[in-house]
Amino acid sequence: MKKRKWPEAWHEMSPGCIVFAPANAREYHTGSWKAQRPEWDDSKCIKCGICYIFCPEGCITQGEDGFFRADLNYCKGCGICSHECWPGAIMMVEEG
Amino acid sequence: MAKRVGMEVAIAAAEAVGLCNIDVAAVYPITPQSHMAEHLSELVADGRIDAEFITVESEHSSISAVAGASATGARAYTATSSQGLMYMHEILPIVSAMRLPVAMGIANRAVSGPLNILNDHSDIMPQRDCGWIALFVENGQEAVDLTIQSFKIAEHPDIMLPCCVNIDGFQLTHMVEPIEFPDQKLVNKFLPPRKPYATLHPDKPVSMGTFAMSDIFPEAMKAKDEALKSSKKTILKIWDEWEKLFGRRYRPVETYRADDADILLMTMGSMGETAEIAVDELREKGVSVGLIKLRLWRPFPFEEFKAAVRKAKTLIVTDRAVSFGGPGGPVSTEVRSALYDENERPAIYSYIIGLGGRDVAVTDFVTIVEEAAQAGEKRTVKDYEFYGVRG
Repeated sequence: MKKRKWPEAWHEMSPGCIVFAPANAREYHTGSWKAQRPEWDDSKCIKCGICYIFCPEGCITQGEDGFFRADLNYCKGCGICSHECWPGAIMMVEEG
Repeated sequence: MAKRVGMEVAIAAAEAVGLCNIDVAAVYPITPQSHMAEHLSELVADGRIDAEFITVESEHSSISAVAGASATGARAYTATSSQGLMYMHEILPIVSAMRLPVAMGIANRAVSGPLNILNDHSDIMPQRDCGWIALFVENGQEAVDLTIQSFKIAEHPDIMLPCCVNIDGFQLTHMVEPIEFPDQKLVNKFLPPRKPYATLHPDKPVSMGTFAMSDIFPEAMKAKDEALKSSKKTILKIWDEWEKLFGRRYRPVETYRADDADILLMTMGSMGETAEIAVDELREKGVSVGLIKLRLWRPFPFEEFKAAVRKAKTLIVTDRAVSFGGPGGPVSTEVRSALYDENERPAIYSYIIGLGGRDVAVTDFVTIVEEAAQAGEKRTVKDYEFYGVRG
């Protein structure tokens, strides 16, 4: 049976909408909200990590090669990383 | 029968809280509730009860503090009035949505402006749709009894909702009345320690006050509505238990000489006793009149209300608040709505009365009832009327 993300019917809700599973917010993929996604041009990237620091979602991580990527399950496409990236290595491109 | 003591009702309400083994109180003083706040803080400071009294800087904070305390599993109490209740408004629906048991005393007072500190119901009425259980008391004894009951009602595992007890400011809070205090052992039996459904504790993490967008929000609202509606049957059981232990009976709609009455008066709160005297006087003159007193405002007791007015030809509803630019007072609006689909229903006279502490005397009720009695079925029922307003 497919695991459901949340109760379907009103009477299946826990009183007060209390959630008993810790750290469940990660199951909610806010990445579906975005209209644009960040794309890195690693040839311009100097691995300074300013994108990682500024990402309000905390969804940018550094790979083993030292370059950065966003977890698109959570990236809302705000473009702050691209705005802050002073070498201009991050482009926001339209979704779809 | 236990000994009766003469005591100011606000003090008595605080003494009642003192019998309830509370863990946390956060009360910001405001006229006419101040004696409740002051006396409760004295009970804690003098070591008569083992509780935390949080001296908050506002009512927004007091309700927030008791909500947080309740989330940890504590038995929590606050009290307020008028502007203080208005200031709490933002938090009230959150407390009920989170199903946090909180007991609150309200010393009902008119809302500004003009600035007025005296009694009416314009503070509680704007909180009507916040999802709280709302009870009204008629005298000091009821203030004590319902204050104790409010904890049990709020905390009951089949309810888990905040509960407020409305005690008319000055008319009740500042009166010295004879009061029979329930025995502490019996109160302990009636109100055992709270067994919370969930608590905030680092060893067992839970999320309370969660986020819900359009994909789940309507279901959450329906669940909240059903929780409040279904609380009535448990409240009735709690009142039965109270009656067995303490001998005093409480009903959602109290009646007085109402069974065979053609004309029914309807009140909420302290006016009930004045109206009883008027009913007695009018009965002596041969007027077929009775009285119904709404104790349970939320959840609205539709079944009991309809049964109480079923045989009446005329129902005179008194409101102590105004819905400006609307259909009159909130009580008469709900009464009309409750009866709209009934095949037989009484003619409804809607009076807005006793605003901002304006005295409502026995003679006022007599005047209202005699007007209705003389008019019989001829009178075109007006939408609503401000009783006794000059001009």
